[in-house]
Amino acid sequence: MNAPSKKPANSSLAPSRRGFLAGAASLGFAFTLGDLGGVATAQAAETSGHAIGYWVTINADGGIQIAMPAAEMGQGSSTALAMVFAEELDADWDKVSTVNIPTRADIYGNPAFGGSLTTVGSKSIQGYWDKVRLQAASVRRLLMQAAADKWSVPLAELTTEPSTVVHAGSGQRLTYSEIAGFATAPAELPAVQKSELKPMSAYRIIGQPVPRRDIPLKVDGSAKFGMDVQVPGMAFGTILRTPVEGASPKNVDEASVASIPGILKIVPMKDAVGIVAETVEAAFAAREALQVEWSAVDFHGYASEAALPQFVERAKNTSETGLPYVKAGDADSAFAKAAKVVTGEYTTDYLYHAQMEPINITASVNAAGDGAEIWMGTQSQSAIVGAAAAILKTKPEKITLHQHFLGGGFGRRSAPDMVPYALGMSKAVQRPVKVIWTREQDVKAAKMRPMTAHRLEAAVDEQGNVTGWRHRIVAESVVAYSAPERLEAAKGLDPLTLEGAKIDYEIPNQAINYLREIRGTPLSAWRGIGAGHNKFAIEGFADEVATALNVDPVAFRLQLVKSNPRATKVIKTVADMAKWGEARPEGRAVGFAFGKVVDTWTAAMVEISLDRQTGEIRAHRAWVALDPGIAINPDSIVAQTEGNIVFGLSQVLKERVTISNGSVDQTNLFDYRVARMSDTPEIHVTVLPTDNPPSGMGEAALPLIGPCVANAMYVLTKKRFRNMPLIPRRVKENLGDNGSV
Amino acid sequence: MTTIDFKVNGKSVSVSAEPDTPLLWVIREHLQLTGTKYGCGAGMCGACTVHIDGKAARSCRAQVQDMAGKSITTIEGLSANSDHPLQKAWIAEQTPQCGYCQSGQIMQAADLLQKNPKPSRDEIVRHMDGNICRCGTYPRIVRAIERAAKEG
Repeated sequence: MNAPSKKPANSSLAPSRRGFLAGAASLGFAFTLGDLGGVATAQAAETSGHAIGYWVTINADGGIQIAMPAAEMGQGSSTALAMVFAEELDADWDKVSTVNIPTRADIYGNPAFGGSLTTVGSKSIQGYWDKVRLQAASVRRLLMQAAADKWSVPLAELTTEPSTVVHAGSGQRLTYSEIAGFATAPAELPAVQKSELKPMSAYRIIGQPVPRRDIPLKVDGSAKFGMDVQVPGMAFGTILRTPVEGASPKNVDEASVASIPGILKIVPMKDAVGIVAETVEAAFAAREALQVEWSAVDFHGYASEAALPQFVERAKNTSETGLPYVKAGDADSAFAKAAKVVTGEYTTDYLYHAQMEPINITASVNAAGDGAEIWMGTQSQSAIVGAAAAILKTKPEKITLHQHFLGGGFGRRSAPDMVPYALGMSKAVQRPVKVIWTREQDVKAAKMRPMTAHRLEAAVDEQGNVTGWRHRIVAESVVAYSAPERLEAAKGLDPLTLEGAKIDYEIPNQAINYLREIRGTPLSAWRGIGAGHNKFAIEGFADEVATALNVDPVAFRLQLVKSNPRATKVIKTVADMAKWGEARPEGRAVGFAFGKVVDTWTAAMVEISLDRQTGEIRAHRAWVALDPGIAINPDSIVAQTEGNIVFGLSQVLKERVTISNGSVDQTNLFDYRVARMSDTPEIHVTVLPTDNPPSGMGEAALPLIGPCVANAMYVLTKKRFRNMPLIPRRVKENLGDNGSV
Repeated sequence: MTTIDFKVNGKSVSVSAEPDTPLLWVIREHLQLTGTKYGCGAGMCGACTVHIDGKAARSCRAQVQDMAGKSITTIEGLSANSDHPLQKAWIAEQTPQCGYCQSGQIMQAADLLQKNPKPSRDEIVRHMDGNICRCGTYPRIVRAIERAAKEG
């Protein structure tokens, strides 16, 4: 099969072609290392031995290469996971590099996803935490045992220093590379118990601000994204996908593109027309010109702005219970006995990912049509290989996937929806085809975060205690679109739509119910997952309850987390950072929100001002305090949190997809606007590590930024802003004619 | 189809393409310099920023027929050893996340420092506001530009 171009990679990351632990085959340490333009690829040896042997290679020159199972899309996992491995191996970090893996979920799968090779939900560190440490500890034990045997001393007398085994009694030392030169392999690598792993106090790599290994490749153009793949002999493809979900091409007028030179083939497919050409510019020009008549489908009638009030109505109508998601205590009785009931209605709109790299995939189907090679950046190698094998009616082993850097994932790259188009076009022209979606296509075929409506109620007793909490969530199911079997497994309680709906407040009686809408909209996880919309409702409403009780919003939350020291600490820290309670400059106000998101305890504050003439909100300063458990790479955590704040502001102030006549109304980045540098506030982040397993960092703060802004708007205007995004038109409407409220 | 001669990163090139082909695709696919990125094709995001005769330009909006005799610099040609002060500062500040927009960001910033070696923060924001970073690395882009301006 065709190999990608061998453009020299950054030398610090380029693997040497040679250098295995002696006796490699029997140890199962064998990698065949190939250069994939900046990211090395490991092909696992065919004869395996124990899977543990697939994780690391020790070179004669001291270099240590660690397998990297997670997709790198900017979240820093490729460095952080290697840090975890190197820590437990006690490797010299300066000598460590990472290599991409073959698609072997049986070896490299993430335990958090049932062993699938998938990078979503901020679960790479969490999911691999034990698995990677145990693998590394096992290799370290093996190296120590080999040294013990050579020196004829008990294993218990040995210790390690970075990449070196030491016998203090005799002063003898052997580097890992030296040991690799003489060690013979046992049939199985030694087992290590979790209780034998390093304690946090012994860490020398974890917890240090370590420069990310992918960054040098990203400042000189040498990092290879899926879009950058060059395969000899490849043609270029693009798609014109149905503007209305579910429709198929009925008539394709090939004459409409006949005058464009270089068109190789027009390929009608189930829900799209593929255009293959000698150049990308010809394919794109043909996409503009191509006339296609689409079949009629039910979704033609869908209009999101008309549907939203229906969602709201359904949330309000308690004659329909919905599916119980959380049922604690006896909410009905708490509300029956309540001295006061507070109610709030919230909504959020559909969102598009706007990842900077439009969807692309390069595929080469073999002549027999029963195998394929694929190059791309994906959040789920397992999903891609599975989809390709299913389409070609072949075995997964016949699909070779080359993973690349992702130009943004945010959930969009978790689905394999682009696979059929690439396989179809490659098959049609019997050549490798690089399929690139135009930005317009990427927007029109958005796989959205669902539109949601929320009805919240709090019961308060005579003493002012919150005794009951009800939350009714009306939204489509994400997994019903992306992975229907997951909805069934969850008994209809969509784990993505409902993520973040659980509250972290000590309220004894709770009823959180899901009312599923079926509208046929293409959906997927979006950075922050369900917490993005659920925390907007929950934290906005929590502020409303505090106001109704005449309690300070921060004091109110502290009371509701009083037996939770981690929650208490992040809240108090962010309040100190932002000087909560102190007077603000004229026209400014601060809003607060709190929550556990992707298992990370997080508290946020945002200071805003409002232009009452235009309805535009500006964020001036933002503060976040978070407790991620063990902080693997603290600077990376800060960087992720800065990004979360910017992304979160973008979400609450600008972003929305609307659907009319079944089609996405937006077209490109001029009408789907995202945050720019001028929208960026001054940012302060405090990381509060604790000796707990590390939690997610890719999307912890984002869901709290929306409610911070809405709550700050209440302080400024004494009006509640319950519909996200807070775009200028809505702001002005909500302020009423008397814009000077 | 037409043939146009111009320079890319100091080297003479001769490209045969349709006259209205966006310079972006000529750079990326005809010349296989893939550091310059496709983001929106509409001049909205800045991922495709290169220098044309020393000035920052969106290569998705420039047509190859207008490039005759011009000199183009891409991210690959910004420095000999990836050691332009901005590239060093970008690493020092650990700026990129996904990294897709960063070639364009750096080329846009290089244009700024050429014209204005000591920009104020406002001047930085004004000059960089056309370049989108979806990951939200703006705070570190600002810091990296300030660092490069200081350390040269």
